[in-house]
Amino acid sequence: MSAVTSPSRSDLPAGAPAAPGSITPISTVQNGLQLAWRSVLKIKANPEEVLGLTFMPIMFVTLFVFVFGQAMMGDWQTYRDFLMPGIIAQSVVFATLGTGFALCQDVEKGIFDRFRSLPIARSAPLIGAILGDLVRYSITVVMVLVVGLAIGFRPEGGVLGVLGAAAVVLLFAFALCWMSAFVGMMVRTPMAVQSFGMILMFPLTFGSSAFVDPQTMPSWMRVVAENNPVTHLVDAMRGLMLGGDVAGPVAWTLLWSAIFVGVFFPLAVWAYRRRT
Amino acid sequence: MTDAIRAEGLVKQFKGKRALDGVDLTATTGAVLGVLGPNGSGKTTTVRILSTLLQPDEGRAEVGGFDVVRQPHEVRRLIGLTGQYAAVDAELSGTENLVLIARLLGFDRSQARARSTELLERFELSDAAGRPAKTYSGGMRRRLDLAASLVGRPALLYLDEPTTGLDPHSRNGLWDVVRGLVDDGVTVLLTTQYLEEADQLADDIMVLDHGRVISQGTPEQLKNHAGNQVLELQTVEPEQLSLATKIIEAVTSSPVTSDTVRARVPVTDAAVLPEVVRRLDEQGVAVAELSLRKPSLDEVFLALTGHTADEETAGATANEGNRA
Repeated sequence: MSAVTSPSRSDLPAGAPAAPGSITPISTVQNGLQLAWRSVLKIKANPEEVLGLTFMPIMFVTLFVFVFGQAMMGDWQTYRDFLMPGIIAQSVVFATLGTGFALCQDVEKGIFDRFRSLPIARSAPLIGAILGDLVRYSITVVMVLVVGLAIGFRPEGGVLGVLGAAAVVLLFAFALCWMSAFVGMMVRTPMAVQSFGMILMFPLTFGSSAFVDPQTMPSWMRVVAENNPVTHLVDAMRGLMLGGDVAGPVAWTLLWSAIFVGVFFPLAVWAYRRRT
Repeated sequence: MTDAIRAEGLVKQFKGKRALDGVDLTATTGAVLGVLGPNGSGKTTTVRILSTLLQPDEGRAEVGGFDVVRQPHEVRRLIGLTGQYAAVDAELSGTENLVLIARLLGFDRSQARARSTELLERFELSDAAGRPAKTYSGGMRRRLDLAASLVGRPALLYLDEPTTGLDPHSRNGLWDVVRGLVDDGVTVLLTTQYLEEADQLADDIMVLDHGRVISQGTPEQLKNHAGNQVLELQTVEPEQLSLATKIIEAVTSSPVTSDTVRARVPVTDAAVLPEVVRRLDEQGVAVAELSLRKPSLDEVFLALTGHTADEETAGATANEGNRA
């Protein structure tokens, strides 16, 4: 009558689990990497994610360059070069929303309960999620760059400049994703993460030097834009990719990253413990 | 050590409401303890405390001799947990889900593969092994979830409403799996809303209501209290109901509960049915409906507590769903 056969005796040398006897820093990192592998598998398994990671950069770069380019700077080629660092930063900043979204989803669906009933470090699921997301951010950076290169973007900074800019933006994303993680743990549903995150991310990216030189903005907006962490990030990337001031904006970006980690890492861990 | 779980005076509050109000509990090693109760009675909160996911506000609990608050790691090495909502990753395939758990538990790559293949075969999921879990049916997901909780060969398994929402066929399949595990010496703590499920599987049943244990014993003892079966009657003419009630009372010598249309009485011997029919006929009572059935959880509750199971549970349910 049953579709399921019962587990046999060989299943159960009861009381002899395979799990290690205690949690060590090494086992925590190992478990974190195993859970990061899960996040990467999820990217592969989720067509929407793949579409988002590939189609969005193509769409954004193409639309911004060819719709606004001429009007902004007289010709689209000049605007393309100005825009590329900005749009990489914008794509990655938006991608950090996925961190909070995924964490919220895991808590809501009870997947974290399973992880937490296992003899592994309590922080491992959080570490795994963030490490896995760094892979996602890297894919985003590469995709936007590929689209840029395809429409003739040839950064003066060369390979080193591009790698430097990628390193800076990934570091910033790593810092910012703790804010997303915190939001993900504070609100109840993944949808709420989405809407709340949008309210944060739009001013953060558009109220910066990512798309337009702050010098052209009204004075109050210019003050906002010039003090926006994303402006420092984009300026640093422009310096590295196109030439220009590097040290100042990089230092500011590092400082902002440190602030984000300093504030939101403890908050995210606190919220995670509270929620789970 | 003969008790796999021992808990005393567990109290847990959510936003001022007592989800658990002094629960004592003992589960014998190698046996099935059924925790029976309606939504919001504190079943899930109990399981979450005993599986180290939640800390009690008061009281203490030991699992396999380890304290759930002070030695959570040791407890986690012994237990498997299958929640009410199948907690498998819907995006990952069956194999990937199980391999992930196995790797986290310290299996190396090839051991993890082997363990996953073995469990998928055992739960008849081999054909679906490579498919994402979101394409599985409800029953398949539960089986995968159960397989995931068995990867580490737990000595103690928590099943939190494992069959809620399953069709009868899948439910029977799951019951067989649980029986097989018990044959292998696994201790099982099972929560359920269904008296029949507790009756089928449990060696001991604990009835929870509003965070309190209101009854404890073997399925036999519980049913003797509430009656093995329930005789229910509806008359054609509502005016004849009181007469019918008197007749039934005389035959069964048990107190009959009745509303305006129906009379109900717990019976332990099915042989009373023909006698009831004969007497009703003699007295000229026209019967619209007469049935003999298993008592529902409501009726067990009524017998045990004097109130039905679904009263006042809406608020408590909201609390229990709260993963504070």
